[in-house]
Amino acid sequence: MSEVLNRVVEYSGKNPYACYQCGTCSAVCPMVRFMDIPPHRAIRLLQIGAGALVLSSNTIWICVSCMRCVDRCPRDVAPGVVFEALRLITLRQGIDKLKYEEIPNIEEAPTLAIVSASRKLTG
Amino acid sequence: MSSEEPRVGVFVCHCGLNIAGVVDVKKVVEEAKRLPHVVHAEDYIYMCSAPGQELIKKAILEKKLNAVVVAACTPTMHYETFARAIEAVGLNRYRLEMAVIREFSSWVHADKKKATEKAIKLVKAAVVKVADNSPLEPVKSRTVRKVLVIGGGIAGITVALDIANAGIPVILVEKTPTIGGKMAMLSETFPTLDCAQCILTPKMAEVARHPLIKIYTNSEVVDVSGFVGNFKVKILQRARYVKIGDCRLCGFCERVCPVKVPSEFNRGLSDRKAIYIPFPQAIPPAYVIDKANCRHWVDGCDKCLRVCPTKAIDFNDEDKLVEEEVGVIIVATGYDLYPAERLKEYGYGLYRDVIDSLQFERILSAGGPTKGLILRPSDRKPVKRVVFIQCVGSRDINHLEYCSKICCMYTAKHALIFKERVPGGEAYVFYIDIRAAGKGYEEFIKRVQEEFQVNYIRGRVNRVYRDPKTGDMVVVGFDTLTGQLLTVKADLVVLATGLVPQLPYELASKLKIPFDKYGFVQEAHPKLRPVETVTSGVFVCGVAHGPKDIAETVAQASAAAAKAMELLYSEYIVKEPLVAVVDRDLCSGCRVCVGICPYGALELVEGKAKVNELLCEGCGACVVACPSRAIELRNYSTKQLLEMVKAVVK
Repeated sequence: MSEVLNRVVEYSGKNPYACYQCGTCSAVCPMVRFMDIPPHRAIRLLQIGAGALVLSSNTIWICVSCMRCVDRCPRDVAPGVVFEALRLITLRQGIDKLKYEEIPNIEEAPTLAIVSASRKLTG
Repeated sequence: MSSEEPRVGVFVCHCGLNIAGVVDVKKVVEEAKRLPHVVHAEDYIYMCSAPGQELIKKAILEKKLNAVVVAACTPTMHYETFARAIEAVGLNRYRLEMAVIREFSSWVHADKKKATEKAIKLVKAAVVKVADNSPLEPVKSRTVRKVLVIGGGIAGITVALDIANAGIPVILVEKTPTIGGKMAMLSETFPTLDCAQCILTPKMAEVARHPLIKIYTNSEVVDVSGFVGNFKVKILQRARYVKIGDCRLCGFCERVCPVKVPSEFNRGLSDRKAIYIPFPQAIPPAYVIDKANCRHWVDGCDKCLRVCPTKAIDFNDEDKLVEEEVGVIIVATGYDLYPAERLKEYGYGLYRDVIDSLQFERILSAGGPTKGLILRPSDRKPVKRVVFIQCVGSRDINHLEYCSKICCMYTAKHALIFKERVPGGEAYVFYIDIRAAGKGYEEFIKRVQEEFQVNYIRGRVNRVYRDPKTGDMVVVGFDTLTGQLLTVKADLVVLATGLVPQLPYELASKLKIPFDKYGFVQEAHPKLRPVETVTSGVFVCGVAHGPKDIAETVAQASAAAAKAMELLYSEYIVKEPLVAVVDRDLCSGCRVCVGICPYGALELVEGKAKVNELLCEGCGACVVACPSRAIELRNYSTKQLLEMVKAVVK
């Protein structure tokens, strides 16, 4: 198993190998049209040891954690939970994806949105 | 215990080099000669061979041996061989013991000295045991040559006909008012597309006129007692309120009946009356009154009674409890569809144009609610575009974990018939994997894809909803092969709903047959005993055992019939006599054994425990549980076992 996959299993408690590529996650995902890689294919890449491709894609950051895929996944692979693990892998490297100074009209943004964005996008 | 002094002969087998390569067989013989009761010991290269067996027979006759120990392989392998050999010269087969010095010693140990020591100990233990073995006779019981078949679908029909045609009477119990089961609801059958009714109804008629088959419809098995060869069953026959022999199927009653309720047979796609016949070819050929919906018991309506020309209607009919004795029971209780409304995203139950697979079968049937025309249920508009969704419930840990096996094929069949009947129609199939392992199945799928150009989309559906403007159904799904999100408009959506078993827990527990984790009947061995259950004399076939198609069900039903006939061929059931015996003087009647016996072999008779020797499997659970030490296992008495332990540890 690749290092990325090992850590995904450790952080998420989910088993990407249980996936049989039915595509339910991609079908129910409200953000799929904005993703480089649709969720089911991201899981497939993890299975074949190409987790690095998923880490460098926009998919895991586009994911809004709505958990619809987690709810409907027939194999309990729960892509939404796996993506959270992939985000943690990046965040624990201390990489900030969010630059506050570049957010237009930050003073007008809802506090809740800024807090969630910081949680999700900064190391 | 044998009254005469034991004269034991020990026969040590080399098994070529299997034993002799590790165990010093000569030493084992020398040691055996010194044991108490042993009057003869020898070794031979292959004891199971004809000359080997001759050695044993010769020694029994010459040395007047009355007990034999063969130190060789396992009893499973060769007990029967040696038992027959000693029987041939007049010894009782239970005066034979085997010391397993191959599997328990030479095959598992490399140290020759220690392996030899262990072999000697095993021989010692076998000698002390055999010296105390009683000569026994097999347990015999007369069998009732009659079979109960539970379930009147294609499995039950096949098994009943096979058995009855062999001259054994059959009782066929069916829950609904007609036999025929789910197969009677089908339009055509894959992969040959024969009409289901055309191949089924002749068999139903054959059952009806068979002199050896007694049919109980509208009935359920409510109690089972007894054991293999001698089951007693109670059948609750629900009142039909129409005399079967008198009804002429004229249908006058149905015309005047004022009550309309959804038809079960058409799965709610049409109505039936409170007095009805599920379908014209129903067996028995008679109407039935659905008491729950009939107004007679509400306001005294008797319109049907007044028009019936043969006076077949009897509002005073009552439920009857019938008792029957049978030798064998066959469970063929079949399946139901998984409730598709549990998958809310597909809108079943919410939209009338989202239907399950059996509803679509009814639509395709010439005798169905639309006379075989493919019209959508909501407004009877001809269907031009249809979407099939596979794995509805199946292979999903939130619903049914298992594959329902038949859906890939019936969906392909649905799509093919649709394309045949609707020129220019479009069919889409959302699938995960296509499972078409069967004779002619792969070819069928290919034909559907290539010749009929059905659009197979590898992916699942997000949701199904109704377009409020056009009234069409909209299916949003994902094609995993191109990575495209798809939206398909359709007139009709057909869900390939998974199968769930129908055998109620209470009945299974009365039959003492275990379920697998999904509620299908667990077979005795998944490969070698596929139609037997762990309860002797109870067999299973059809979907009650696991999802399967008609061809497989029929094959399994015939297998179950063969097994039943094998059991009933002889007048007697013969069983090993190595069973528990109760010392009635010691028994305190505490019932501990009754509760602990996994085979239901113990009961209290006149305040004391009694073993049913036909049910007892000799497991010894009761022996251990008995606080009064009143129960012993024949030829495995506590005394014998302790002597064996002593012989080994000394």
